[in-house]
Amino acid sequence: MSTTIETHVGSPRRRVDGRLKVTGAARYAGEVAAPGLLHGYVVSGTIAKGRITGIDTAAAEAVPGVLKIFTHANRPNVPAGDADYQDMVAPPGQPFRPLFNDRILYSGQPVALVVAKDFAAARHAASLVNVRVEAEPHATDLDRLRDSAYVPPEKREGIAPPPEPRGKADDALAASPTRVQNEYRIASEHHNPMEPHASTVIWEGGGKITVYDKIQGVKNSRDYITAVFGLPPDDVRVISRFVGGAFGIGLRPQYQLFLAVMAALDLERSVRVELTREQMFTFGYRPGTINSVAVGANPDGKLQAIRHEAIQGTSRFEDYQEVVVNWSGLLYHCDNIALNYRIAKLDTYTPADMRAPGAPLGVFAIESAIDELSYALKTDPLELRLNNYADTDENEGKPFTSRELRAACRQGADHFGWSKRQPEPRSMHDGRELVGWGMATGIWEAMMMPHSARATLTAEGKLEVACATADIGTGTYTILTQIAADSLGLRMEDVTTRLGDTMLPEAPVEGGSWTAASAGSAVYLACEKLRQTLFQLARGMDASLLGNASFEHVQFRDGRIELRTDPSETVSIAEVLRTAALDRIEEHETAAPNAETKEKFSQYTHSAVFAEVRVDEQLGVVRVTRIVDAVAAGKIINPKTARSQIIGGVVFGLGMALHEESMLDHTLGRFMNRNLAEYHVPANADVPEIDVIFVDEHDDKANPLGVKGLGEIGIVGTAAAIANAIFHATGRRIRSLPITIDRLMN
Amino acid sequence: MNRFSYARPNDLAEAVQVATAESRFIAGGTNLIDLIKYNVERPARLIDITRVPGLDRIEPAPGGGLRIGALVTNSTVAYDDRVTASYPLLASAILAGASPQLRNAATTGGNLLQRTRCYYFYDSGTACNKREPGSGCPAIGGLNRIHAILGTSEDCIATHPSDMCVALAALAATVHVTGPIGDRVIPFADFHRLPGDRPDRDTTLEKGEIVTAVELPPEDFSAHYTYLKLRDRLSYAFALVSVAAALDLDGDTIRTARIALGGVAHKPWRIPAAEDFLSGQPATAESFARAADTLLSGAQGFGHNTFKIGLARQAIVRALQQAAAGTPQSQIDKRIR
Ligand SMILES: Cc1cc2nc3c(=O)[nH]c(=O)nc-3n(C[C@H](O)[C@H](O)[C@H](O)COP(=O)(O)OP(=O)(O)OC[C@H]3O[C@@H](n4cnc5c(N)ncnc54)[C@H](O)[C@@H]3O)c2cc1C
Ligand code: SF4
Repeated sequence: MSTTIETHVGSPRRRVDGRLKVTGAARYAGEVAAPGLLHGYVVSGTIAKGRITGIDTAAAEAVPGVLKIFTHANRPNVPAGDADYQDMVAPPGQPFRPLFNDRILYSGQPVALVVAKDFAAARHAASLVNVRVEAEPHATDLDRLRDSAYVPPEKREGIAPPPEPRGKADDALAASPTRVQNEYRIASEHHNPMEPHASTVIWEGGGKITVYDKIQGVKNSRDYITAVFGLPPDDVRVISRFVGGAFGIGLRPQYQLFLAVMAALDLERSVRVELTREQMFTFGYRPGTINSVAVGANPDGKLQAIRHEAIQGTSRFEDYQEVVVNWSGLLYHCDNIALNYRIAKLDTYTPADMRAPGAPLGVFAIESAIDELSYALKTDPLELRLNNYADTDENEGKPFTSRELRAACRQGADHFGWSKRQPEPRSMHDGRELVGWGMATGIWEAMMMPHSARATLTAEGKLEVACATADIGTGTYTILTQIAADSLGLRMEDVTTRLGDTMLPEAPVEGGSWTAASAGSAVYLACEKLRQTLFQLARGMDASLLGNASFEHVQFRDGRIELRTDPSETVSIAEVLRTAALDRIEEHETAAPNAETKEKFSQYTHSAVFAEVRVDEQLGVVRVTRIVDAVAAGKIINPKTARSQIIGGVVFGLGMALHEESMLDHTLGRFMNRNLAEYHVPANADVPEIDVIFVDEHDDKANPLGVKGLGEIGIVGTAAAIANAIFHATGRRIRSLPITIDRLMN
Repeated sequence: MNRFSYARPNDLAEAVQVATAESRFIAGGTNLIDLIKYNVERPARLIDITRVPGLDRIEPAPGGGLRIGALVTNSTVAYDDRVTASYPLLASAILAGASPQLRNAATTGGNLLQRTRCYYFYDSGTACNKREPGSGCPAIGGLNRIHAILGTSEDCIATHPSDMCVALAALAATVHVTGPIGDRVIPFADFHRLPGDRPDRDTTLEKGEIVTAVELPPEDFSAHYTYLKLRDRLSYAFALVSVAAALDLDGDTIRTARIALGGVAHKPWRIPAAEDFLSGQPATAESFARAADTLLSGAQGFGHNTFKIGLARQAIVRALQQAAAGTPQSQIDKRIR
């Protein structure tokens, strides 16, 4: 007789940190208190390029409560070398050095920090700082600078450049009876997490500091601080237990961290620097993108050629790069492919990774072009895709660890009712509104990174698992708790997960959708080690019931170790520890991707997104009324938090399709809609019912858990699906996102 | 944000008395606080009028109609039985604006005096004639997607962002004020100004004057009205173009028409000639299109906002159709009728 154990993994579970968050008990970086805490307020520059000729601080210094005003002229010594300012995510180039000298490199650059006893004094004084500048000509318009775009000479780490061309794309295109060739554009966007960036630096005395930072990886902030300020690693502890959304803008240490640490070390006091919503528009952003795509096919619908080139902006000082075009070589089988990616220098800050960096931009282009091709061929857009399905990764010539994209397409289509679609544009109506159905596929990497974890079991039968990674709201606390609880057969209440602290086992930054696979595997392995240790101890007990059993013969359930075949043969974990006279057992483990698998296989997550829109053509009003997203992402640890991740991603994609746009005034070189009243993200009314389907996908190669990550795939195909639906509704192809009223009316 | 002192007068007389050129009245604070944070407003003193008695009531007006105190919140007006029964156009316009949280805080007086949403006006790091007279207008030739197409000047092309005021204009409300020069009643059409060469002045209110009430005349247009708002998302965005339309019909013939536009000018845009033209006309798309032409005559785009001219034309026709059919736009259902 054997018992089946109901596992936490695979079951919907509530967030373990949910209560802390809704009651306000979860403290964010800008909320941590400290005795004698000082407050810093950043003075932002207003020109895009030039020189500071002088800063008058007298009036500001006279404000009661002001302690010091830091500018480039009086700042403490910091290293000059670029290397010291690098971080784990930095692209090639020279990172921005706050208050370094009199150069203005972009609009909104921090030019002074006012430190005062209270926030109000700092803010008031900041408004009195008078910065004199000498402006120089700047350029921020990618359209005008596209001819200056270049192939980045140095590749950004972790970002695959486009693959070598395959076949002869130009010739094959010329020979294709049916061709589509167009430009597809996406506006710049800002991440706009709910929680603005903040750092609270606690002066611990003797040169030691504890830093609460808004960051997606505490190690990144710690290494940055130690390098820039020349501090020994042991003197700097960085904590980031809760992150109020980040979407990539928390990957790199931002200038408020530099400023807060600088001030704390100089004044030997605790200091907090918190940015305003407006200042959240003064660093990284998703770069505006110009895609040129050409696809050609035979009358049977077989793709003959794909050409996809993308141009993005970067700053003067760094060569930011993301993967925009490679997806076109991954989604479809095609013998003739040419992919190209270039960047152009602008007088802005360096762009930053934003949820699925690059992917929704390139996928919008290729999935729009494929949609256009389907109309040119008079074939169903879904069938066209399946007809050109790629069974292997043709960019790298490798099989996938798993790829259930076909199943995602079929299941999504069934659920959506795709077969009832009238093929002709403008053929579906509901009263005055035109109805359109569109679809697109999505793809994102399923990565894993080296990751450590610790598992500690106490005599009371409580388990703690810990690692340094961050939970940016994705549900990491919860899934790690599930994995750990299953391992030792405990209730979730008996498990505590600790994250976001440099005192904990090392983790990479939280990003790229690799955390579930990486942190999950590390926790799993550490718990596995703990099981082994417990089992050995149990076997060694006098008159042990398990004396003759091997590890495979036992299972962990309800705080006990029992024989699978006879659960009455059992011993409690507490008893094992008591007998061994241990008050705790602690195990460490590191998980790393299997190099051989990585060499032989490609790992990707996939999705098929189906959208329904209703369009009032006369007034240019689009309503998205239904979205089905079928996702193939390996094993789903927690269907509840997983669904939330996909819904969040789809809403992001909807925003990209219809709303989000950071507007640059090129005369001023300045983003102008720097608040949430004028930077539009979808409101509740814009978000329809979103059906999420998780397609069964068994993956025994990607990582020990068989998970693929979910943080990013939700956004990838969504914008394209909505744009395709708008075409189907109206017969108007809008190739520039966001699709606002003015674009639909013209 | 600068440092300021704070006063909380106990009655109107005291409020008027403590006001200076450097002070600001604060009601719901939903606009003023933001402006102070952005250093656009730097008041030396905030005069909190929320405890001034007598301004928080909706009551019958002496000659019929309804009088709405300056401190009545936008939510209270929108859900007041007398308003929803007699002036559903006003309720609808209010519900088309902002969010429930904001409407709960925002007041009638504050809504009238809320300032433009021009990006440059909010950014003290740029020039702006409205914020700093004489400094220039970067919106002309800059980002002007949300800007005015009517009644602009070479000094300013900002719009007045309110929805409520568009309905009040159509309903021909009056604004009651008091101040150093005594009590005044200002017709709604004269309350907000066009920018001209003084874009720093949004209204005809004199320094130190305080709005005490808005009065609605008896004529209510409750049978044939609509408030149609077009914006960058389905809810919670300022109007690109909005139309308050009210009709009095005799069968299919228009007896009286009222049309006011939002999002297109420095004030709610009303052209009596367009309304006069409609009276006696059949309630058809053709008549409505001709009225639209009159309303929009002289409209001028600045590049990004040129689309508003065509959009406004379509919106006017649709709104008048909705009003004539007795099928006003619902502010809950985002489907446009
Ligand atoms: C994110 C956001 C979205 C919004 N969306 C919309 C929208 O879609 N449509 C819309 O119409 N509005 C919208 N609003 C604006 C909102 O309606 C106004 O902020 C609100 O009506 C102002 O009222 P208040 O009482 O808060 O005014 P306050 O902020 O207190 O004051 C505003 C101004 O009025 C003056 N003032 C106030 N009361 C009086 C008085 N009795 N006499 C003289 N002066 C007075 C103040 O001195 C100040 O200059 C939005 C606001 C925000 C923040
Ligand atoms: S339009 Fe008016 S408010 Fe806007 S920048 Fe010009 S002057 Fe200022």
